[in-house]
Amino acid sequence: MKNQILYTLQLSDNALIYGHRLSEWCGHGPILEQDIALTNISLDYLGQARSFYQHAANLFNALPQAEKQGMFLSVALEEKIKKGESIDEDDLAYLRDGWDFRNLLITEQPNGDWATTIARAFYFDTFNYLFYTQLKKSTDLQLAAVAEKSLKEVTYHKRWSAEWVIRLGDGTNESHVKMQTALNDLWPFTGEMFRMTDAEKDMAGNAGVDTAALYDLWLQEVAAVVDEATLKMPEGAWMQDGGKNGRHSEHLGYILAELQFIQRAYPGMEW
Amino acid sequence: MPEQNSNKNEWPLWEVFIRSKAGLDHKHAGSLHAIDANMAIENARDVYTRRMEGVSIWVVESKYIHASDPDSSGALFDPANDKIYRHPTFYDLPDELTHM
Repeated sequence: MKNQILYTLQLSDNALIYGHRLSEWCGHGPILEQDIALTNISLDYLGQARSFYQHAANLFNALPQAEKQGMFLSVALEEKIKKGESIDEDDLAYLRDGWDFRNLLITEQPNGDWATTIARAFYFDTFNYLFYTQLKKSTDLQLAAVAEKSLKEVTYHKRWSAEWVIRLGDGTNESHVKMQTALNDLWPFTGEMFRMTDAEKDMAGNAGVDTAALYDLWLQEVAAVVDEATLKMPEGAWMQDGGKNGRHSEHLGYILAELQFIQRAYPGMEW
Repeated sequence: MPEQNSNKNEWPLWEVFIRSKAGLDHKHAGSLHAIDANMAIENARDVYTRRMEGVSIWVVESKYIHASDPDSSGALFDPANDKIYRHPTFYDLPDELTHM
Protein backbone atom coordinates (compact mmCIF):
# COMPACT_ATOMS: atom_id res chain seq x y z
CA MET A 1 0.00 0.00 0.00
CA LYS A 2 2.80 2.40 0.86
CA ASN A 3 4.40 1.86 -2.54
CA GLN A 4 1.07 2.37 -4.25
CA ILE A 5 0.75 5.74 -2.53
CA LEU A 6 4.31 6.77 -3.34
CA TYR A 7 3.82 5.64 -6.91
CA THR A 8 0.63 7.63 -7.30
CA LEU A 9 2.33 10.67 -5.79
CA GLN A 10 5.12 10.34 -8.32
CA LEU A 11 2.56 10.64 -11.10
CA SER A 12 0.68 13.50 -9.51
CA ASP A 13 3.85 15.42 -8.74
CA ASN A 14 5.00 15.09 -12.35
CA ALA A 15 1.70 16.50 -13.53
CA LEU A 16 1.52 19.30 -10.96
CA ILE A 17 5.08 20.55 -11.33
CA TYR A 18 5.12 20.30 -15.11
CA GLY A 19 1.68 21.90 -15.34
CA HIS A 20 2.89 24.72 -13.10
CA ARG A 21 5.94 25.27 -15.28
CA LEU A 22 3.77 25.57 -18.38
CA SER A 23 1.41 27.94 -16.58
CA GLU A 24 4.34 30.33 -16.21
CA TRP A 25 4.04 30.91 -19.97
CA CYS A 26 0.56 32.37 -19.51
CA GLY A 27 0.63 35.85 -21.01
CA HIS A 28 4.18 35.37 -22.31
CA GLY A 29 3.65 33.05 -25.29
CA PRO A 30 5.30 34.04 -28.57
CA ILE A 31 1.87 34.52 -30.14
CA LEU A 32 -1.64 34.49 -28.74
CA GLU A 33 -2.50 31.14 -30.31
CA GLN A 34 0.50 29.36 -28.76
CA ASP A 35 -0.05 31.09 -25.45
CA ILE A 36 -3.47 29.46 -25.37
CA ALA A 37 -2.06 26.12 -26.56
CA LEU A 38 0.38 26.10 -23.64
CA THR A 39 -2.17 27.05 -21.03
CA ASN A 40 -4.54 24.40 -22.39
CA ILE A 41 -1.82 21.81 -21.95
CA SER A 42 -1.04 23.18 -18.51
CA LEU A 43 -4.68 22.77 -17.49
CA ASP A 44 -4.70 19.22 -18.82
CA TYR A 45 -1.81 18.44 -16.49
CA LEU A 46 -3.38 20.17 -13.49
CA GLY A 47 -6.47 18.04 -14.08
CA GLN A 48 -4.35 14.90 -14.13
CA ALA A 49 -2.58 16.01 -10.97
CA ARG A 50 -5.88 16.46 -9.16
CA SER A 51 -7.12 13.00 -10.09
CA PHE A 52 -3.91 11.36 -8.95
CA TYR A 53 -3.75 13.38 -5.71
CA GLN A 54 -7.34 12.50 -4.86
CA HIS A 55 -6.52 8.85 -5.37
CA ALA A 56 -3.34 9.08 -3.27
CA ALA A 57 -5.23 10.85 -0.48
CA ASN A 58 -7.94 8.17 -0.48
CA LEU A 59 -5.37 5.39 -0.32
CA PHE A 60 -3.56 7.19 2.47
CA ASN A 61 -6.69 7.88 4.54
CA ALA A 62 -7.54 4.18 4.41
CA LEU A 63 -4.27 3.24 6.15
CA PRO A 64 -4.27 2.40 9.87
CA GLN A 65 -3.11 5.39 11.92
CA ALA A 66 0.17 3.69 12.90
CA GLU A 67 1.21 3.32 9.26
CA LYS A 68 0.31 6.90 8.40
CA GLN A 69 2.86 8.55 10.61
CA GLY A 70 6.33 8.88 9.21
CA MET A 71 5.41 8.50 5.57
CA PHE A 72 6.15 12.16 4.93
CA LEU A 73 9.03 14.31 6.09
CA SER A 74 7.11 17.57 5.81
CA VAL A 75 6.23 19.03 9.21
CA ALA A 76 3.03 20.79 8.14
CA LEU A 77 1.53 17.60 6.73
CA GLU A 78 2.75 15.35 9.56
CA GLU A 79 1.15 17.64 12.15
CA LYS A 80 -2.18 17.26 10.46
CA ILE A 81 -1.76 13.49 10.28
CA LYS A 82 -0.75 13.25 13.96
CA LYS A 83 -3.99 14.94 14.94
CA GLY A 84 -5.80 12.09 13.24
CA GLU A 85 -7.25 14.30 10.51
CA SER A 86 -7.78 12.91 7.03
CA ILE A 87 -5.89 14.54 4.18
CA ASP A 88 -7.02 15.66 0.73
CA GLU A 89 -5.59 16.62 -2.66
CA ASP A 90 -4.80 20.16 -1.52
CA ASP A 91 -2.85 18.96 1.51
CA LEU A 92 -0.67 16.82 -0.74
CA ALA A 93 -0.06 19.65 -3.18
CA TYR A 94 0.42 22.47 -0.70
CA LEU A 95 1.73 21.02 2.55
CA ARG A 96 4.63 18.89 1.39
CA ASP A 97 8.16 20.25 1.21
CA GLY A 98 10.57 19.61 -1.64
CA TRP A 99 12.00 16.36 -0.28
CA ASP A 100 8.54 14.78 -0.28
CA PHE A 101 8.03 15.62 -3.95
CA ARG A 102 8.73 12.75 -6.32
CA ASN A 103 8.50 14.38 -9.73
CA LEU A 104 11.04 13.79 -12.48
CA LEU A 105 13.79 16.41 -12.61
CA ILE A 106 12.91 17.22 -16.21
CA THR A 107 9.48 18.52 -15.16
CA GLU A 108 10.97 21.17 -12.87
CA GLN A 109 13.58 22.50 -15.31
CA PRO A 110 13.04 26.16 -16.20
CA ASN A 111 11.11 27.15 -19.33
CA GLY A 112 14.13 28.86 -20.90
CA ASP A 113 13.53 29.97 -24.47
CA TRP A 114 10.83 28.56 -26.74
CA ALA A 115 13.09 25.75 -27.99
CA THR A 116 13.85 24.68 -24.41
CA THR A 117 10.17 24.51 -23.53
CA ILE A 118 9.55 22.51 -26.71
CA ALA A 119 12.43 20.09 -26.09
CA ARG A 120 11.28 19.45 -22.52
CA ALA A 121 7.72 18.91 -23.72
CA PHE A 122 8.84 16.65 -26.56
CA TYR A 123 10.85 14.29 -24.34
CA PHE A 124 8.21 14.22 -21.62
CA ASP A 125 5.13 13.98 -23.87
CA THR A 126 6.64 11.13 -25.87
CA PHE A 127 7.31 9.30 -22.62
CA ASN A 128 3.89 10.08 -21.17
CA TYR A 129 2.14 8.81 -24.24
CA LEU A 130 3.86 5.42 -23.96
CA PHE A 131 3.44 5.43 -20.20
CA TYR A 132 -0.30 6.08 -20.15
CA THR A 133 -0.82 3.55 -22.93
CA GLN A 134 0.48 0.97 -20.45
CA LEU A 135 -1.05 2.44 -17.28
CA LYS A 136 -4.45 2.10 -18.93
CA LYS A 137 -4.10 -1.62 -18.22
CA SER A 138 -3.38 -1.11 -14.52
CA THR A 139 -5.07 -3.42 -12.03
CA ASP A 140 -5.64 -0.29 -9.93
CA LEU A 141 -8.86 0.76 -11.64
CA GLN A 142 -8.52 4.34 -10.50
CA LEU A 143 -5.08 4.67 -12.09
CA ALA A 144 -6.37 2.94 -15.21
CA ALA A 145 -9.28 5.39 -15.48
CA VAL A 146 -7.07 8.46 -15.11
CA ALA A 147 -4.64 7.00 -17.65
CA GLU A 148 -7.39 6.41 -20.16
CA LYS A 149 -8.66 9.98 -19.89
CA SER A 150 -5.16 11.44 -19.88
CA LEU A 151 -4.03 9.45 -22.89
CA LYS A 152 -6.29 11.48 -25.18
CA GLU A 153 -4.80 14.69 -23.84
CA VAL A 154 -1.23 13.47 -24.06
CA THR A 155 -1.73 12.20 -27.61
CA TYR A 156 -2.39 15.80 -28.58
CA HIS A 157 0.49 17.17 -26.48
CA LYS A 158 2.87 14.78 -28.17
CA ARG A 159 1.70 15.78 -31.62
CA TRP A 160 2.00 19.46 -30.71
CA SER A 161 5.54 19.25 -29.33
CA ALA A 162 6.83 16.94 -32.08
CA GLU A 163 5.53 19.33 -34.73
CA TRP A 164 7.35 22.20 -33.09
CA VAL A 165 10.60 20.22 -32.94
CA ILE A 166 10.30 19.64 -36.70
CA ARG A 167 9.34 23.24 -37.40
CA LEU A 168 12.25 24.68 -35.48
CA GLY A 169 14.79 22.06 -36.50
CA ASP A 170 13.86 22.29 -40.16
CA GLY A 171 13.34 26.06 -39.99
CA THR A 172 15.93 28.81 -40.12
CA ASN A 173 19.59 28.47 -39.16
CA GLU A 174 18.88 30.21 -35.89
CA SER A 175 15.90 28.06 -34.95
CA HIS A 176 17.85 24.93 -35.93
CA VAL A 177 20.74 25.82 -33.63
CA LYS A 178 18.42 26.73 -30.75
CA MET A 179 16.45 23.50 -31.08
CA GLN A 180 19.59 21.37 -31.19
CA THR A 181 21.03 23.16 -28.16
CA ALA A 182 17.82 22.64 -26.20
CA LEU A 183 17.67 18.93 -27.07
CA ASN A 184 21.29 18.52 -25.99
CA ASP A 185 20.86 20.48 -22.75
CA LEU A 186 17.85 18.49 -21.59
CA TRP A 187 19.12 15.10 -22.74
CA PRO A 188 20.72 14.20 -19.35
CA PHE A 189 17.27 14.53 -17.77
CA THR A 190 15.71 11.83 -19.95
CA GLY A 191 17.37 8.80 -18.33
CA GLU A 192 15.47 9.23 -15.08
CA MET A 193 12.16 8.45 -16.79
CA PHE A 194 13.31 4.87 -17.36
CA ARG A 195 15.34 4.27 -14.18
CA MET A 196 12.92 2.62 -11.81
CA THR A 197 12.57 3.35 -8.12
CA ASP A 198 11.78 0.67 -5.55
CA ALA A 199 8.15 1.73 -5.56
CA GLU A 200 8.04 1.47 -9.35
CA LYS A 201 9.68 -1.96 -9.38
CA ASP A 202 7.21 -3.14 -6.79
CA MET A 203 4.24 -1.85 -8.78
CA ALA A 204 5.42 -2.89 -12.24
CA GLY A 205 3.59 -5.72 -13.88
CA ASN A 206 0.23 -5.29 -12.14
CA ALA A 207 -0.86 -1.84 -10.97
CA GLY A 208 2.16 0.00 -12.38
CA VAL A 209 4.22 0.27 -15.54
CA ASP A 210 7.61 -1.23 -16.31
CA THR A 211 9.10 2.04 -17.54
CA ALA A 212 12.52 0.53 -18.27
CA ALA A 213 10.80 -1.55 -20.93
CA LEU A 214 9.50 1.61 -22.62
CA TYR A 215 12.95 2.97 -23.39
CA ASP A 216 13.55 1.35 -26.79
CA LEU A 217 10.22 2.49 -28.14
CA TRP A 218 10.72 5.99 -26.72
CA LEU A 219 14.17 6.26 -28.28
CA GLN A 220 12.81 5.09 -31.62
CA GLU A 221 9.98 7.65 -31.59
CA VAL A 222 12.23 10.50 -30.49
CA ALA A 223 14.88 9.61 -33.07
CA ALA A 224 12.31 9.54 -35.89
CA VAL A 225 11.14 13.08 -35.11
CA VAL A 226 14.68 14.36 -34.55
CA ASP A 227 15.66 12.93 -37.91
CA GLU A 228 12.70 14.50 -39.69
CA ALA A 229 13.65 17.79 -38.06
CA THR A 230 17.15 17.49 -39.63
CA LEU A 231 18.60 17.49 -36.11
CA LYS A 232 21.05 15.12 -34.45
CA MET A 233 20.27 12.83 -31.54
CA PRO A 234 22.13 14.07 -28.47
CA GLU A 235 24.97 11.92 -27.26
CA GLY A 236 26.18 11.21 -23.78
CA ALA A 237 25.34 8.35 -21.50
CA TRP A 238 25.56 10.15 -18.18
CA MET A 239 22.13 10.85 -16.77
CA GLN A 240 20.74 12.98 -13.95
CA ASP A 241 18.87 11.13 -11.26
CA GLY A 242 17.09 11.66 -7.95
CA GLY A 243 13.78 13.47 -8.45
CA LYS A 244 11.68 10.36 -8.03
CA ASN A 245 13.38 9.78 -4.68
CA GLY A 246 12.98 13.35 -3.46
CA ARG A 247 16.41 14.71 -4.45
CA HIS A 248 15.77 17.75 -6.60
CA SER A 249 17.48 20.53 -8.48
CA GLU A 250 17.39 23.97 -6.86
CA HIS A 251 14.52 24.92 -9.16
CA LEU A 252 11.86 22.97 -7.28
CA GLY A 253 12.19 25.14 -4.15
CA TYR A 254 11.36 28.27 -6.13
CA ILE A 255 8.39 26.60 -7.76
CA LEU A 256 6.99 25.46 -4.42
CA ALA A 257 7.58 28.86 -2.84
CA GLU A 258 5.31 30.39 -5.44
CA LEU A 259 2.86 27.51 -5.62
CA GLN A 260 2.40 27.00 -1.89
CA PHE A 261 2.84 30.48 -0.46
CA ILE A 262 -0.82 31.37 -0.03
CA GLN A 263 -1.79 28.10 1.64
CA ARG A 264 1.23 28.21 3.94
CA ALA A 265 0.68 31.85 4.93
CA TYR A 266 -3.11 31.55 5.21
CA PRO A 267 -3.86 27.88 5.95
CA GLY A 268 -7.16 26.61 4.60
CA MET A 269 -7.83 29.80 2.68
CA GLU A 270 -10.41 29.49 -0.09
CA TRP A 271 -11.32 31.75 -2.96
CA MET B 1 -8.49 41.87 -51.27
CA PRO B 2 -5.47 43.82 -50.06
CA GLU B 3 -2.45 41.90 -48.75
CA GLN B 4 -3.09 41.04 -45.08
CA ASN B 5 0.51 41.06 -43.96
CA SER B 6 1.76 44.54 -43.29
CA ASN B 7 4.90 43.05 -41.79
CA LYS B 8 6.70 40.31 -43.69
CA ASN B 9 7.53 38.54 -40.43
CA GLU B 10 3.90 38.28 -39.47
CA TRP B 11 2.26 34.90 -39.94
CA PRO B 12 -0.56 34.63 -42.46
CA LEU B 13 -4.15 35.04 -41.35
CA TRP B 14 -6.59 32.10 -41.52
CA GLU B 15 -10.36 31.93 -41.27
CA VAL B 16 -11.71 29.19 -39.05
CA PHE B 17 -14.95 27.26 -39.57
CA ILE B 18 -16.29 24.96 -36.87
CA ARG B 19 -18.92 22.24 -37.14
CA SER B 20 -20.62 22.06 -33.78
CA LYS B 21 -22.00 18.56 -34.28
CA ALA B 22 -22.32 15.94 -36.96
CA GLY B 23 -24.90 16.84 -39.57
CA LEU B 24 -24.65 20.61 -39.10
CA ASP B 25 -22.76 23.03 -41.32
CA HIS B 26 -19.33 24.40 -40.59
CA LYS B 27 -19.84 27.94 -39.35
CA HIS B 28 -17.38 30.78 -39.37
CA ALA B 29 -15.89 31.05 -35.87
CA GLY B 30 -13.18 33.67 -36.31
CA SER B 31 -9.65 34.03 -37.51
CA LEU B 32 -6.13 33.40 -36.30
CA HIS B 33 -2.48 33.47 -37.35
CA ALA B 34 -0.54 30.35 -38.35
CA ILE B 35 2.39 29.47 -40.55
CA ASP B 36 0.61 26.71 -42.48
CA ALA B 37 -2.65 24.76 -42.65
CA ASN B 38 -1.52 22.18 -40.13
CA MET B 39 -0.70 24.76 -37.52
CA ALA B 40 -3.87 26.66 -38.33
CA ILE B 41 -5.97 23.59 -37.50
CA GLU B 42 -4.09 23.00 -34.26
CA ASN B 43 -4.34 26.64 -33.27
CA ALA B 44 -8.03 26.59 -34.11
CA ARG B 45 -8.46 23.54 -31.90
CA ASP B 46 -6.80 25.40 -29.03
CA VAL B 47 -8.47 28.76 -29.56
CA TYR B 48 -11.98 27.85 -30.72
CA THR B 49 -12.88 24.40 -29.39
CA ARG B 50 -11.85 24.65 -25.73
CA ARG B 51 -15.44 24.58 -24.53
CA MET B 52 -16.66 21.66 -26.63
CA GLU B 53 -17.73 23.94 -29.47
CA GLY B 54 -16.87 21.57 -32.23
CA VAL B 55 -16.35 18.17 -33.78
CA SER B 56 -14.71 19.28 -37.01
CA ILE B 57 -12.56 22.20 -38.17
CA TRP B 58 -12.02 23.81 -41.54
CA VAL B 59 -9.41 26.48 -42.13
CA VAL B 60 -8.77 28.58 -45.19
CA GLU B 61 -6.14 31.22 -45.63
CA SER B 62 -7.94 34.56 -45.51
CA LYS B 63 -6.38 35.80 -48.74
CA TYR B 64 -8.26 33.11 -50.67
CA ILE B 65 -11.62 34.44 -49.58
CA HIS B 66 -13.20 36.74 -52.12
CA ALA B 67 -15.83 39.08 -50.78
CA SER B 68 -18.63 41.04 -52.39
CA ASP B 69 -18.13 44.76 -52.67
CA PRO B 70 -19.95 46.60 -49.84
CA ASP B 71 -20.60 49.52 -52.24
CA SER B 72 -22.69 47.34 -54.50
CA SER B 73 -24.74 45.80 -51.71
CA GLY B 74 -27.74 47.87 -52.79
CA ALA B 75 -27.75 46.39 -56.26
CA LEU B 76 -26.98 42.91 -55.01
CA PHE B 77 -29.33 42.50 -52.08
CA ASP B 78 -32.09 45.12 -52.06
CA PRO B 79 -34.04 43.58 -54.98
CA ALA B 80 -34.82 40.57 -52.77
CA ASN B 81 -36.62 42.78 -50.25
CA ASP B 82 -40.07 42.72 -51.83
CA LYS B 83 -40.13 39.08 -52.92
CA ILE B 84 -41.78 37.57 -49.92
CA TYR B 85 -43.13 34.68 -51.99
CA ARG B 86 -39.61 33.22 -52.03
CA HIS B 87 -39.83 32.40 -48.32
CA PRO B 88 -41.22 28.97 -47.54
CA THR B 89 -43.40 30.46 -44.80
CA PHE B 90 -46.58 29.27 -46.45
CA TYR B 91 -45.86 25.66 -45.62
CA ASP B 92 -46.70 23.95 -42.33
CA LEU B 93 -43.59 22.21 -41.05
CA PRO B 94 -43.78 19.25 -38.69
CA ASP B 95 -42.34 20.00 -35.21
CA GLU B 96 -39.70 17.29 -35.58
CA LEU B 97 -38.12 19.15 -38.46
CA THR B 98 -35.34 21.31 -37.03
CA HIS B 99 -32.54 23.42 -38.45
CA MET B 100 -34.64 24.95 -41.22
